[in-house]
Amino acid sequence: MSTSRFTRRGVLRTGAIASAGLALPTYLRAEAHTGFTNAPGDSEVVLGFNVPQTGPYADEGADELRAFELAVEHLNGEGDGGMLNTFSEKNLDGTGILGRRVNFVTGDTQTKSDAARASARSMIEKDGAIMISGGSSSGVAVAVQGLCQEAGVIFMAGLTHSNDTTGKDRKANGFRHFFNAYMSAAALAPVLQNLYGTDRNAYHLTADYNWGWTQQESIAAATEAMGWETVNNVLTPLAETDFSAYIAPVLSSGADVLVLNHYGGNMVNSLTNAVQFGLREAQANGKKFEIVVPLYSELMARGAGQNIKGIPGSQNWDWKLENEMGERYVGTNAFVQSFGEKYGFPPSQAAHTCYVQTLLYADAVTRAGSFNPCAVVEALEGFEFDGMGNGPTLYRAGDHQCFKDVVVVRGKENPENEFDLVEIVEVTPTEQVTYEPDHPMFDGGDLGECNPGA
Amino acid sequence: MRGLERRDVMLLVIVAVMTLFAPIILNPFPANSAMAQFNAGYPDLMQRFVIFGIFAIGFNILFGLTGYLSFGHAAFLGVGSYSAVWMFKLLGFNIIPAILLSVVVAGLFSVVIGYISLRRSGIYFSILTLAFAQMSFALAYSVLGNPALINLTNGETGLQVYPSDPQVLHGASAPNVTNLFGLEMRQTCEVKLGGTASGLSGCDTHMLPGAFGETFWAFDFNAGYYVCAVLMLIVFYLSIRIFRSPFGMMLRAVKSNQQRLNYTGLNPRPYTLAAFVISGMYAGLAGGLMASMDPLAGAERMQWTASGEVVLMTILGGAGTLIGPVLGAGFIKYFENIFSKINDGVLHSWFAFMPEGLENLFVTLLHPFVGKGWHLTLGILFMLVVIFLPGGLVEGGQRIGRFAFRRRNRKGGEAEAEAARKQPAE
Repeated sequence: MSTSRFTRRGVLRTGAIASAGLALPTYLRAEAHTGFTNAPGDSEVVLGFNVPQTGPYADEGADELRAFELAVEHLNGEGDGGMLNTFSEKNLDGTGILGRRVNFVTGDTQTKSDAARASARSMIEKDGAIMISGGSSSGVAVAVQGLCQEAGVIFMAGLTHSNDTTGKDRKANGFRHFFNAYMSAAALAPVLQNLYGTDRNAYHLTADYNWGWTQQESIAAATEAMGWETVNNVLTPLAETDFSAYIAPVLSSGADVLVLNHYGGNMVNSLTNAVQFGLREAQANGKKFEIVVPLYSELMARGAGQNIKGIPGSQNWDWKLENEMGERYVGTNAFVQSFGEKYGFPPSQAAHTCYVQTLLYADAVTRAGSFNPCAVVEALEGFEFDGMGNGPTLYRAGDHQCFKDVVVVRGKENPENEFDLVEIVEVTPTEQVTYEPDHPMFDGGDLGECNPGA
Repeated sequence: MRGLERRDVMLLVIVAVMTLFAPIILNPFPANSAMAQFNAGYPDLMQRFVIFGIFAIGFNILFGLTGYLSFGHAAFLGVGSYSAVWMFKLLGFNIIPAILLSVVVAGLFSVVIGYISLRRSGIYFSILTLAFAQMSFALAYSVLGNPALINLTNGETGLQVYPSDPQVLHGASAPNVTNLFGLEMRQTCEVKLGGTASGLSGCDTHMLPGAFGETFWAFDFNAGYYVCAVLMLIVFYLSIRIFRSPFGMMLRAVKSNQQRLNYTGLNPRPYTLAAFVISGMYAGLAGGLMASMDPLAGAERMQWTASGEVVLMTILGGAGTLIGPVLGAGFIKYFENIFSKINDGVLHSWFAFMPEGLENLFVTLLHPFVGKGWHLTLGILFMLVVIFLPGGLVEGGQRIGRFAFRRRNRKGGEAEAEAARKQPAE
């Protein structure tokens, strides 16, 4: 970390800063406090971590917060440095961001758009946060992203999987590292074809809200393209806990695959009901009946227990990725090791995306040489990086969505321990999940102009 | 003053002074001290104080006067918010049409719900209103938010303004944020007191804790807050007039004994319906203001927890009293926004002066009550208030006042407290 080497970028940056410093000795101090919202002082910079600490996604929120704390530690030069050692950019050296010590404030989104915005506004107005990150539901992410656009700070989205976050609700000040429903579907479809063939009839149960709809739309389009038929799509209320009434008609509908577009507790309950109804042993149309869960997480797998075995789905990242799939996913082990040492168990994909987002923001500020949101947006747009656990990744300029490999997983038949519940089936390469920014499922959005605030 | 007794004028003046100087009163601690954590004088929270104050004042007109406990008032708040955002989408970012429409729509909505629900009283009325509110929530959350059908609410994501919206009245030079004839609601002027360079630090910049080495106070004067505050004073004055009017007396009669009222040949339903609609319009105004301060309307605003919150605010502050609901609203919002942000890191910095073991002990002891545990602290305080101060915070204030002045206020205050103690109808 302490080796001093001259790079072209380093020389240019030092030169530019030095000349600016010489030319504007009097204006620089005044400039530092104007020009954009919450310009940080000389000693510290405040980041706002807005996660659900109560409500249905509190588990995810707690894990995200752990990851944020770890990221701040590493930025401030404490701990073992984690992914800073594997990240393809070497600008971050453990001295905070641009020489300022990183401080953070936390808030509770309660998984409600209103509460999340109130919490984010207090971080911006009261604590002077220059960047907001976190969130583990698409509604909250879209709401907070809109707020950050208006207030003129950067939003680094956490766990949000709906197409709309970087689709019709995309904003210039908002960035998403996590994958989305379209990518899930594009990655899953070929695997489903290999597993179950091209002649299948799918029955969808869909959580009746924004994320459920985009997930269902995406997976139906992808499976129909390879020859499957969609028999029926039934919307289920989000607050539903007993899905028996929705499962009962599935077998007599002529379907031979059940797609559960559910997340969190919903998915745990609907899958349990489906298994209780004997769907996994059932035969339909002369084939074995199958169940698919497009969006997976370790926490859900733990909740579903035995029932998850053998059921395919997709993930943004998995902690075993580097061990099983090789060098391409370097960074994974570095992160798992420092997370595990600090907390005693492997991180979830929500923790991973939040950790990476924090480092990416810090790196973008360092490369831009300024905390000004517009400079950060410019530094992140079209940014290509590696060594963050997902292989080579691109932050696309057109919609501020990260493009990287998608992990297709399956519930493990014989788990060795309570953290080893999913096995990686294959990793779908980036090219297969890439789409155009104006793809019909993402159309209607407008990034707008970056907003530096005041 | 118009139609008010001296005592009410005093109350109104006190409330007016408190609201106008709230940015100073709520920021008693220097901006870069450890106690700054407890400062509540930032625009978002101050706006919430007065907006929920309006909501609770309106709720109190129904619950405090007639004793009808509505468990579905959040529905009107939500409807008001959605109407306001639709005005932003269709007409433009001026808040006047938005607020007007939100009050009107909430009023109409409450006529419908009130007409049906008020056929029953007591617990049945509460359940009916709760059912209507949950229906509205479900409609807003999924049925009316599905892009495949008619998309009125944008579902879970929440209704917001997009650049592609028509905004027919939006002038070329008009600001692209909610405004009152050009005055932006998010405009905040900060005044710095103490330390070097005291004075107005500007209306565009925001100073940071830690930006300067010395002790100083920072006060935020926010345009949106003052718009809300003026509206709150107007509706507070209206509520005093209602409390003191013959109409208010009829509502109290409904609360104390509806059967007797029936026997005297009076039909109470028009009075209760009027009270219901008025409080619905108050809720609509609050919803419209919420959307005006922050142009996004989410369905959670209509959920039963939001309805329950206003009940808590009113009871905590003192049902049936004039100032109680405002105090209760401030109390709950303070806990929600300030206590929920105290995390372990903050606790450690407070007890850093202690030896390691003792520090960790204190942090462990306090941990369940702050951060995500703010509900727990609030719940304990709520229980304490209900058990020891059945009249709410107002009764607490009265007791302190009596203790200080060593005399009993036998005149108006007693009668009001008496009415507040009466059980709801039935």
